[in-house]
Amino acid sequence: MTAAVSGLSVRRAGPLALLQDAGRFGVRQLGVTQGGPADPHAWAWANRLVGNPWGAAALEITVGGIELVAERGLTVAVAGADLGATLDGEALPGWRPVAIREGQVLAFAQPLNGLRAYLAVVGGFRAEPVLGSVACVVREGLGGHDGLGHKLAAGDSLRVGEEAGRAVPPREAPEAERPDYRGAARLALLPGAQIGEFRGASLFDAFNAAWRVDDRADRMGVRLTGPLLHCRVTSMISEGIGLGAVQVPPDGQPIALLNDRQTIGGYPRLGALTPLAAGRLAQCLPGQEVRLVAVARERALADYRRFRAAFA
Amino acid sequence: MTGQVATPLPRLEAAGLDAWLIRLFDAIDEANLPWLTALTRQCEAALGADLVDLVPSYTTLLVVFDPLKLDPELARRRLGEVLAGLTPDADTVGGEIRELPTWYDESVGPELALLAERAGLSVAAVIDCHSERLYRVFALGFAPGFAFMGLLDERLECPRLDTPRQRVPLGSVAVAGRQTAVYPAVTPGGWNLIGRTSARLFDRGREGFSLLRLGDRVRFVPVDRAEFERQGGDPHPMEAER
Repeated sequence: MTAAVSGLSVRRAGPLALLQDAGRFGVRQLGVTQGGPADPHAWAWANRLVGNPWGAAALEITVGGIELVAERGLTVAVAGADLGATLDGEALPGWRPVAIREGQVLAFAQPLNGLRAYLAVVGGFRAEPVLGSVACVVREGLGGHDGLGHKLAAGDSLRVGEEAGRAVPPREAPEAERPDYRGAARLALLPGAQIGEFRGASLFDAFNAAWRVDDRADRMGVRLTGPLLHCRVTSMISEGIGLGAVQVPPDGQPIALLNDRQTIGGYPRLGALTPLAAGRLAQCLPGQEVRLVAVARERALADYRRFRAAFA
Repeated sequence: MTGQVATPLPRLEAAGLDAWLIRLFDAIDEANLPWLTALTRQCEAALGADLVDLVPSYTTLLVVFDPLKLDPELARRRLGEVLAGLTPDADTVGGEIRELPTWYDESVGPELALLAERAGLSVAAVIDCHSERLYRVFALGFAPGFAFMGLLDERLECPRLDTPRQRVPLGSVAVAGRQTAVYPAVTPGGWNLIGRTSARLFDRGREGFSLLRLGDRVRFVPVDRAEFERQGGDPHPMEAER
């Protein structure tokens, strides 16, 4: 690995920008959560477009509002949400590699299509891993550019490898891989062990109602509002919860748990969103409509394998 | 009547694309621990490099694997084999005894008096009652290194606060229900605070990171303020709640 040098400095910090590699694994029995990109699809594409392997650290920019100054020539790619990215004031095309020169200003404005954009650089952003990962989890104070779980602030600097300015073959992500995040999202859900504890009418509602993304949504979880779901089990002894688990607390409104969820919890669950569905939900803005669609494990696994095969 | 009552334990439950949840028991009990620690270790061995994470908790073990390397059905079979041959850990295996020097004082444990009042005990008796027991770690979660321990003496049983605090100081010793815990970092929290320990529960510089592990035995050792400070404890009183 080449030496780390300063690549980008933060001129203005937006609401939330976090360094994310694939996530922090093998430490959940210590109460440490997974972290990693809320939308692995867009994160993986940003990395792929600049030739990075799966797992390279990229910057997850939520909502926008951030301005970055290039400290050297860099080859970058932005994938995921359209946050109105510009380079020196000119629209920056997404889903393809872009060369930027020292001193140029890369700015993200506000969500135009989706909520989270991923900025990848050739060789990945560099930071000291904490518990095996640079995934930034603010609540736990772990990872990120400073190792302490801080979101990016004005004056911070992001380090890159010396190869970060290397040219890469020009290419674009295929149209089919660039979701229109504004449309109603259909979220694939694998039914879980408590599915039989929900009343029939609630089960019908769960998979037929239009759910709305609540404004109580973050990297821990996204609350959905809609018809009240009744489960015969109201609380359980806390147990391990996986990515995408859709729990239903006694208020009857489901919460889909994402990357920064607590490791254990005690509410009954409809099941779990697939990793790709969890990522799709992470791109939804408050008020947006989503639907839950039950899928079989074989189907979900085939979809996931197809996705990952492109990023070997 | 719930559908789950009729289903025998242990069982394997679907928990997403990349995980199975092994449910061993249906109630919190210290006697679960030797089974859970054995199961955790044996699942680690059975899945080897295909394993991603293990989350043991009270009555269950969540086993997360890489579905690209290990087909979920094959994972289910392997876990079933582990279950079929499972024997509990001997009492001597694992379960380190950890002593946590604790300064019990109302300046850092604002609910000490409340617990005393509820139990009809003096504050000194509450401290004796809390520190005399050897607790077991039933689960870790909520935050890195946060260990749920029990069981508390029935007289100290106490519901969570109606309104959680925004900032619970690091090292706060807390009780809720029939469990006790230490806050390993400054976090929001709704448990009743009765003191503060100088022990560092989660330290990224320490091998293994977390002082406590599932199944460990924990004793809170009362110390005075001077000893607490000598061991590195922060004696600053609770910040006033807004």
